[in-house]
Amino acid sequence: MNIFVPIILVGVLLVIALILIIIDKALGGGGEKMILINDEKVIPVTGDDSLLNILSSHKIFIPSACGGKATCGFCKFQLIEGGGEIKPTELPFLNQKEKEEGIRLSCQVKVRDNMKIAIPKELLNAKEYKTKVTHIEDLTYDIKLVRFELINPTEMHFKPGQYAQIKVPGIDVIRAYSIASHPKYNNQIELIIRQVPNGQATTFVHQALEVGDKIILTGPYGDFYLQEDSDREMICIAGGSGKAPIRSILYYLRDQGMPRKVKYFFGAKSKRDLYYTEEFEQLSKEFPNFEYIPALSEPKPEDNWTGEVGLITDVVDRNTKDLSEAEAYLCGSPGMINACIKVLNRHQVKQENVFYDSFS
Amino acid sequence: MGNLFEMLLASILNHNIALVYILGMCPLIAISTNVKNAKGMGIAVVLVVTITALINWPIYQLLKATQTENLALLIFIITIAATVQILEIFMERFIPKLYNAFGIFLPLITVNCVVLAVSLFFVNREYTFAETGFFAFGSSVGWMLAIILLAGVREKMATHSDVPKGLKGKGITFIILGILALAFIGFTGIANI
Repeated sequence: MNIFVPIILVGVLLVIALILIIIDKALGGGGEKMILINDEKVIPVTGDDSLLNILSSHKIFIPSACGGKATCGFCKFQLIEGGGEIKPTELPFLNQKEKEEGIRLSCQVKVRDNMKIAIPKELLNAKEYKTKVTHIEDLTYDIKLVRFELINPTEMHFKPGQYAQIKVPGIDVIRAYSIASHPKYNNQIELIIRQVPNGQATTFVHQALEVGDKIILTGPYGDFYLQEDSDREMICIAGGSGKAPIRSILYYLRDQGMPRKVKYFFGAKSKRDLYYTEEFEQLSKEFPNFEYIPALSEPKPEDNWTGEVGLITDVVDRNTKDLSEAEAYLCGSPGMINACIKVLNRHQVKQENVFYDSFS
Repeated sequence: MGNLFEMLLASILNHNIALVYILGMCPLIAISTNVKNAKGMGIAVVLVVTITALINWPIYQLLKATQTENLALLIFIITIAATVQILEIFMERFIPKLYNAFGIFLPLITVNCVVLAVSLFFVNREYTFAETGFFAFGSSVGWMLAIILLAGVREKMATHSDVPKGLKGKGITFIILGILALAFIGFTGIANI
């Protein structure tokens, strides 16, 4: 073999690496830049990284499922000053109104100059938690309840209905799940996770996660939560693993003596998809204000089902009257939510009283 | 000198790398929807092709001196990738507007076969340094000419022509390309490489 072959290969690669490093150093943002968040918090930045990474290194966790590849569109924020123009990679995730308001994807905005940004207030409360799995329970054949004990920091203060994100170790996939536990117990949180075929995170949770595993969680996030100041009648509609946020809301209301009238519709295919049925039926016996209405769309003969049958939208339609003074809380697939909103509109629900959490 | 000028002319017209050698089709079709972007892409290709050919030529001489010509393909690709990377850093810094307009296509220049083809042609044809420079510049200008012509036609067609549904988009683009290529055959004999 020719002795020059390795010399030339290594040499060329070395020279190119050196040139790239020098250019990167010479042209990369050298000076210190300032990010002003919501007119109150200032973050000094050196070097030029994406806003998403810079914020997360300053312990501000903007939700992101794809980890900065511009494929999920979760990491939106409002850019007020600086930051440059919208990139083509962001366009598919922004509608006309968002473009005008300066909404951008934080993973695509590089911090090159002083910037003024606005992010939802509750994101400033979101933290990264080291946790330990203390309990895993099968709720149905494809839904698991996982309990995490918060180790550092030890407390998460969330509103009932908000969600948290788990980081799958090894592959760094981040996925969001609604918190199912009572906000009172703030040193532990429970997530209800349904196996999605070929889903990376759900497969991990269902096949590999064991009690004692250490998992990184971030949260709490989300503007879907119980409106605590109101005393309106509530309609809750959930499907699949959508029971999680409603469960948290109901626990919270139970502690207050169920001061509001609550109707809870849960849609499933057949009896094997139902879970926590006894728990909620017990609750409805305890509080006449609370009504639990599970509905099966395709009950099997062996289910001996005597409850409601049909699509959740039809069941809701049959069992509700005038909703003009009611609040609605929906969680489930985008398709289910859209269909339910149509039904609710027919019952004169007010747009501003509809809250939903769509799992996509 | 006359020889060099003839080479430049030939590589732009009758040896047009896009329309006669059918190289670099992917970006040619993808970015030819409007003239503005086509121009930008064309300029980027001219820059990358000319610079990489001029860098690759001395490197190839080094390979020849050490009898390691079999590494040529590998080394060429590495220099091309590095050049594009450097160009990208420069553009992102100094002309962010153009950088944003390119989006994904700038990194794609790395795998644009025009770039590698020019470097491999000068090896096959045993060009001198000056010849390589003129040939690389000419070929890339030829490619730019092709993409701008194509984009011009497509831009007009978008507003003026009633293209049958099945041919819309890429289909009609191939037909336009074919007609353009036929037209370029008309230059045959104008100059020799």
